[in-house]
Amino acid sequence: MKINALLIDETDNVVTCVEEVPAGNEVFYRKGGEVLSLKAAENIPYCHKAALRDFSEGEEVIKYGEMIGRTNSAIVKGGWVSDKNIYSVPRDYDSELIPEGGNH
Amino acid sequence: MQFWGYKRKEGRAGIRNHVLILPTCVCGSETARIVASQVRGAVNIVFNTGCSDVQANTDMSQKVLTGFACNPNVYGVVIIGLGCETVGHKPLREKIQAMTSKPVVSFGIQEEGGTLRTIEKAVRAAREMAAEAGKQQKELCDISELLLGIECGGSDATSGIASNPAVGELSDLLVDMGASTMMSESIEWIGGEHVLAKRAATPEIHNQIIEVCRAYEEHLKAAGQDCRAGQPTPGNKAGGLSTLDEKSLGCIRKGGTRPIVEVLEQAARPTKTGAIVMDTAGFDISSITSMAAGGCNAIIFTTGRGTPTGNAIVPVLKVTANARTFKAMEDNMDVDLSAIVSGEKTYKEMGRELVDVIHDVCDGKLTKAEAYGFSDIAVDHVCRFV
Repeated sequence: MKINALLIDETDNVVTCVEEVPAGNEVFYRKGGEVLSLKAAENIPYCHKAALRDFSEGEEVIKYGEMIGRTNSAIVKGGWVSDKNIYSVPRDYDSELIPEGGNH
Repeated sequence: MQFWGYKRKEGRAGIRNHVLILPTCVCGSETARIVASQVRGAVNIVFNTGCSDVQANTDMSQKVLTGFACNPNVYGVVIIGLGCETVGHKPLREKIQAMTSKPVVSFGIQEEGGTLRTIEKAVRAAREMAAEAGKQQKELCDISELLLGIECGGSDATSGIASNPAVGELSDLLVDMGASTMMSESIEWIGGEHVLAKRAATPEIHNQIIEVCRAYEEHLKAAGQDCRAGQPTPGNKAGGLSTLDEKSLGCIRKGGTRPIVEVLEQAARPTKTGAIVMDTAGFDISSITSMAAGGCNAIIFTTGRGTPTGNAIVPVLKVTANARTFKAMEDNMDVDLSAIVSGEKTYKEMGRELVDVIHDVCDGKLTKAEAYGFSDIAVDHVCRFV
């Protein structure tokens, strides 16, 4: 099966489509040794992300195994995840610092 | 691994042997351009400041100008000043001469009696310097003489998932061979700074990386700007990058995985060997300017949307994993990495292939931007003009 989307990290909850996927078409991506699929709920443009599950407002969106933002509205499984429905969360730099004498 | 380069008395070897026509200020830039156009082997930069600046801006400009002059790809320097700028041609020349033994001469437009008289003298000086530069033979240099700048610009989602990981692999391979690499664009660490900091060689470097990001956010806040409002850019968003965090997590992959041995201020010269990071703007042209001033002798540039940019002193090699961009902008793109996105090759395989491509550039192969003679420059500012 030819894939048209990439899952970067196994813990991600979005995939990046490497082809345009029209609404109703299948998004195919590889996870481990398997090819998985889901139906695109709307048109997903080239290079854009599709949701792997339903999101409610305020949930963390994960890519590269890291949080890339929070949803500011609900997104359905197979929906288009973009700058319109997720936002960047400010950092807490203090918590990231290693205290003096601490180990790296 | 070795390459054919130009050995210098101080510092790393050059992979080019340019005569640099260097304006002290904006008022010398046009004269410098004309001088360079008259002499084969000469390059110029168009400098847009040097006058009516606050001290912090002047300090930045001076780091860039002296850094350009000391860049290993420069054989010698012809400085073109005006006469009433903040740092005139004589003090700039003396600063450069204190840093390097390469030939440096300078002229002032007001002293010489106008543009034409300055051009006459400067062309003669540049011609003689270019003639001498032509006699210098290339010698075999160890790859440890390479300081590769790593840049990304016009990013889209292919950057973070394909071209940046491939360049990260290239960086790892080069560092393992003894070369050094420099990744910049600290605003594009924000959201991924906790991941980048894990690569720090020491706890101090870990905290420096975090603090650079905090300081960048605070600097922009002082100017009334939320860093998350300007980043990602409209082009990034159209290319599938939704937040600064998503962009950053993709951006930092171009620096590879080796321990970060030094965090540099903008346009500063490294004191360590290995994987280095520099605190610069995310604005690609400005970041390249600072890395060239920091002594990079080659720069690799990943892009998703495509860009023509080039630097007068340092060859800029453009790579993209976006097949559409490579096809649409083939006259600007040097390497097609789209086989990673299509699944035909892994990013590690393509990273290994890039070692040979960079080796060719070190040996003298012109990048596309270089062949066109592109000379983009943007010196970062901290404050308005006075």
